Amino acid sequence: MNVSYRWLKDMVPGLELSPEEVAAHLTLRGAPVEGMHSPGAELGEVVVGRVVTAGRHPNADRLSLCIVDAGKGVVSVVCGAPNVKAGSWYPFIPAGCTLPGGVLIKKSKIRGEVSEGMLCSARELGLGTEHAGILEIFGDFTPGEPFVEAMGLDDVTLDVETTSNRGDLLSHLGMARELAAEGSGAARLPEIPGAPTLDLGFAEAPDEVAVGGVRIRIQDPELCARYLGAVIRGVKIGPSPAWMEERLRGAGSRPINNVVDATNYVMLEMGQPLHAFDLSKLGGSAVVVRRAGTGEKTFTTLDGEERALDPDMLMICDAERPVAVAGVMGGKDSEVDDATTDVLLECALFEAKSIRSTRKGLNLSTDASYRFERGVDPEGMRTALERAVAVILATAGGRVDGPVLDVCPRPFTSRVVELRLARARHLLGVELDAAAVRGYLEPLGLQVESEAPGVLRVRVPGYRSYDVTREVDLIEEVARAHGYDVFPADLGGYRPGTVPDHPLFRLEDELRSALVARGFFEAQTPAFVPEAEGNVRVANPLNTREPFMRRTLLPSLLRRVVHNFTRGARDVRLFELGTSFRVAPEGGQPLEETHLVVAFTGRREPPHWSVPDAPFTVWDLKGLVEEVVALAWRGSASAAPSVEASPLFAPGTCFSVVDGQGRVVGGAGRVADGKVDAPVWADPVWALELTLPDPVMAAATPVHHPLPLYPAVERDLALLVGDAVTAAAVTALMRERSGELLEQVTLFDHYRGEGVPPGKRSVAFRLRFRAADRTLKDKEVDRAVQGIVGRLKEELGVEPRR
Amino acid sequence: MSEVHPTEALRSLEREALEAISHAADLHALEEARITYLGRKDGRISVILRSVGALPPEERPAVGQEANRVKERVTEALDSRERDLAGPAGMGGEDLTLPGRGPWKGGLHPVTRVVDEIWGIFRDLGFTRARGPEADTEWYNFVALNTPLDHPAADENDTLYLDGGRALLRSHTSPVQMRTMEKHAPPIRIIAPGWVYRRDTYDATHTPAFQQIEGLVVDEGVTFVDFKATLAEFQRRFWGPGTEVRFRPSFFPFTEPSAEVDVKRIIQRTDGTRFQTDWIEVMGAGMVDPNVLDNAGYDSERYTGFAFGMGPGRIAMLKYGVDDLRTFFDNDIRFLAQFAR
Repeated sequence: MNVSYRWLKDMVPGLELSPEEVAAHLTLRGAPVEGMHSPGAELGEVVVGRVVTAGRHPNADRLSLCIVDAGKGVVSVVCGAPNVKAGSWYPFIPAGCTLPGGVLIKKSKIRGEVSEGMLCSARELGLGTEHAGILEIFGDFTPGEPFVEAMGLDDVTLDVETTSNRGDLLSHLGMARELAAEGSGAARLPEIPGAPTLDLGFAEAPDEVAVGGVRIRIQDPELCARYLGAVIRGVKIGPSPAWMEERLRGAGSRPINNVVDATNYVMLEMGQPLHAFDLSKLGGSAVVVRRAGTGEKTFTTLDGEERALDPDMLMICDAERPVAVAGVMGGKDSEVDDATTDVLLECALFEAKSIRSTRKGLNLSTDASYRFERGVDPEGMRTALERAVAVILATAGGRVDGPVLDVCPRPFTSRVVELRLARARHLLGVELDAAAVRGYLEPLGLQVESEAPGVLRVRVPGYRSYDVTREVDLIEEVARAHGYDVFPADLGGYRPGTVPDHPLFRLEDELRSALVARGFFEAQTPAFVPEAEGNVRVANPLNTREPFMRRTLLPSLLRRVVHNFTRGARDVRLFELGTSFRVAPEGGQPLEETHLVVAFTGRREPPHWSVPDAPFTVWDLKGLVEEVVALAWRGSASAAPSVEASPLFAPGTCFSVVDGQGRVVGGAGRVADGKVDAPVWADPVWALELTLPDPVMAAATPVHHPLPLYPAVERDLALLVGDAVTAAAVTALMRERSGELLEQVTLFDHYRGEGVPPGKRSVAFRLRFRAADRTLKDKEVDRAVQGIVGRLKEELGVEPRR
Repeated sequence: MSEVHPTEALRSLEREALEAISHAADLHALEEARITYLGRKDGRISVILRSVGALPPEERPAVGQEANRVKERVTEALDSRERDLAGPAGMGGEDLTLPGRGPWKGGLHPVTRVVDEIWGIFRDLGFTRARGPEADTEWYNFVALNTPLDHPAADENDTLYLDGGRALLRSHTSPVQMRTMEKHAPPIRIIAPGWVYRRDTYDATHTPAFQQIEGLVVDEGVTFVDFKATLAEFQRRFWGPGTEVRFRPSFFPFTEPSAEVDVKRIIQRTDGTRFQTDWIEVMGAGMVDPNVLDNAGYDSERYTGFAFGMGPGRIAMLKYGVDDLRTFFDNDIRFLAQFAR
């Protein structure tokens, strides 16, 4: 909402605050001021000039050569405007000065004649679109006087943000009330220059009123509580006087013509949207307020757009067809134009919800719909209409024909809300007595009607009837008036809550720490992806290239790896924790899981002069998978090599993670060529994705085992293992078949090549034997090793290497 | 007058020699020490060794043994010191100014750092963390939070809906308020960090997915004073000493009275001078609306509380001087490395 400082000042006579102070004030009362500007801010160098003589340019038919008095003696000016005439006043910019937008006006010769400045059009000054001619101004001026001051453009416009509950603040009156409540005096409506004293009569009925051949009927009282129409005949459409244009500009609105300006003026002043119909264009001189129904499919609004109608949209119709979308925008066919003489002025109250759904359906938000959606003062309607009539009579002439038609199927009754002082203290934590509370509420128009011990009965005026409906709403007003900054802020005691810290957050913390310690950077990517396959779809995406919610996080992370590749990074180690979405098998809410995804490429450790560079290998991946699976699943899931074809990972590099119930909860491998857009110099990209358990499992409590009392004996055993036999099988067999003396098996070497027959490898194990109750003898250990060697040969065909 | 026993002399000589060797600053000094103690002709230890033959026979073996031991020990020390003093810049064989060998450095995402820092402060103030689903329903996202779908407040963050059914992507973390109160009895004292989604395009200050942190406190006797005190305390701890905090009336459908929380930070320039920022909006908050408590099945006459919400992404921008929210989604490792621990 753009607020004119001058307008406010006119409405609050005692207002002593500067524009900056008004801004600070409104901000602290809940209507923050986002910016301030002055319409004349860039016009500081423009002065008022009088054209002394205007004659034809000797060398050009379409140019005039003028002598202009701009205060510092007369100067000659070449002017291209057809409307320049001697004796008139115009904005003038002397040579050497700049126009808005930074255009420097230079002294120049045009077709042989010297021009020492420029007479300006409205558009050149940023004051309107008119540029057919220069802007003639009327009044009592002095040559050379600053244009901004002469025209009252030194107003300040405040850009005030209002919250959606405070429709009453969408007007200067509403802002003035907030300031008046601060003790700057009561808000009042300013006088309208040249307006006659009005004494309008009102012809009122609940459903239909007809006066002098004009008829208004509300067919849908549910969506239109009240409709007032005033008939003004004999108006002369033209530009508004300067005071009106100034006022509208000060409030950030563009003047159009005197009648339309009058409706805008009253809307900006009182918050009541109004609409002027050309009465002669209303068929049957009738207004019928009804839904579009199935009869009308489309309607052309006054912006020239043809719009598709929904049967439930509320329309203003004449005897036959719609003439306006109620509360949103008028129609092209009933618009006021230069030939209009008779006007029907509408002042109506439409249902907020209906306006909202119509506005959304048409995708058309206007100043009117914005206000109706947020609530218009039901008690201010007659005053608003009277003011609009007065403005029109003052600026466009004409006369009011008959009483105002006032169709009111649902009259407004104000609400009384009880406020218990104890409840106020309960919520606010400070003691406020009845007098203090009354002192806060009444300047806001919230009248205390009666008072019982500890209870105030408060009548809510129409303009606050939308947001003040409950006791707590009044308490908020008390807090606001008391001043949020006045409340103490002493930290008191509290009871601990009943909600345990969510274990999944803790698990995420642990995983983050572990990965960061291993040199990974945490990435964050949005959950939207282009991949369609099996993914949850967003019904109304704004970004149509990524309309799906990801089920797997890896593609997003790999795109980030590629992003780093394209910036020349060879060593990239990223991980992310995020949500995976899946379509629920039985419909309904999508299923969500938290996933950990890791991708890495490049060198195992930072390059160092003492060792050759070595890229990450599958063993780094395997080690990482084992670590994060152990952390996340606390031993109830494990990773194993996978031979199943993977859509993402290269064959022979895959692991799959399976939980205790046999469900696959993760996978890892080398990202297959073609699945990541890697440059030729890039090292392999390794990746894993793991579902975190839900609920999270508690880590097992460690159990202490007494340390051994007797020494261990170690034996190394080098085996020739055929490719058909896995190291895991060999290890398992050793563990199973060697009796209780074998404490630990460690694989410490793996070798292929010279000295080892093809199709076999040399695998070396260190076996550690120990007895709990004695020192082992060599003989016992030898026997155990022999036993193992025998078993290996017998069951796996594996023989010791000699 | 009794002379010092040769064994005693040897031991004191050993101490002296070792001391001298360890203090030798270069090879030249070390060579001097060698000559002083072990020089063939006048070396002090050599002299004693040579004199063993002059001792009474019963003393010879013990003194001879000791003299040999000391000689060996000193020789060892000389050799070791020599090794130490050799090599580049006299650092003992290696140029220790060469770079060391360490593991890769990693780091948390800057937004996570902010979330962690916020969580740390609230943990100290007695809060725990709660979670809720990111795909939610109109009831939890709007209606239960006193936001009728046909009220303009429901538009303020344009919502993304999901295909099929009425599921939507939560437009704020506030649904966690209701979900937490449904499962737990008061007192409630939680924060709820998480992702939220809005129908926005990507620009410097908007992304369709971003993080929020919700907070909720409900108990008997929680007042506007507690609300102000807790959140002002948080802001001061987060932004640092000297931070000014301001509460300004505002509107959220699920709180009443509602407030925006603004801070004025003290920022230290690189040259050490300080300046105070203008007011910066950092949090939306308020006393929990009684309708919300009623919707959760709490007795709103008995229980009161406050709620708040903030955007760690926006806060990270302010705190780290990042001027484009999209930078957080680029995940350029050169950017991430700036936040490595």
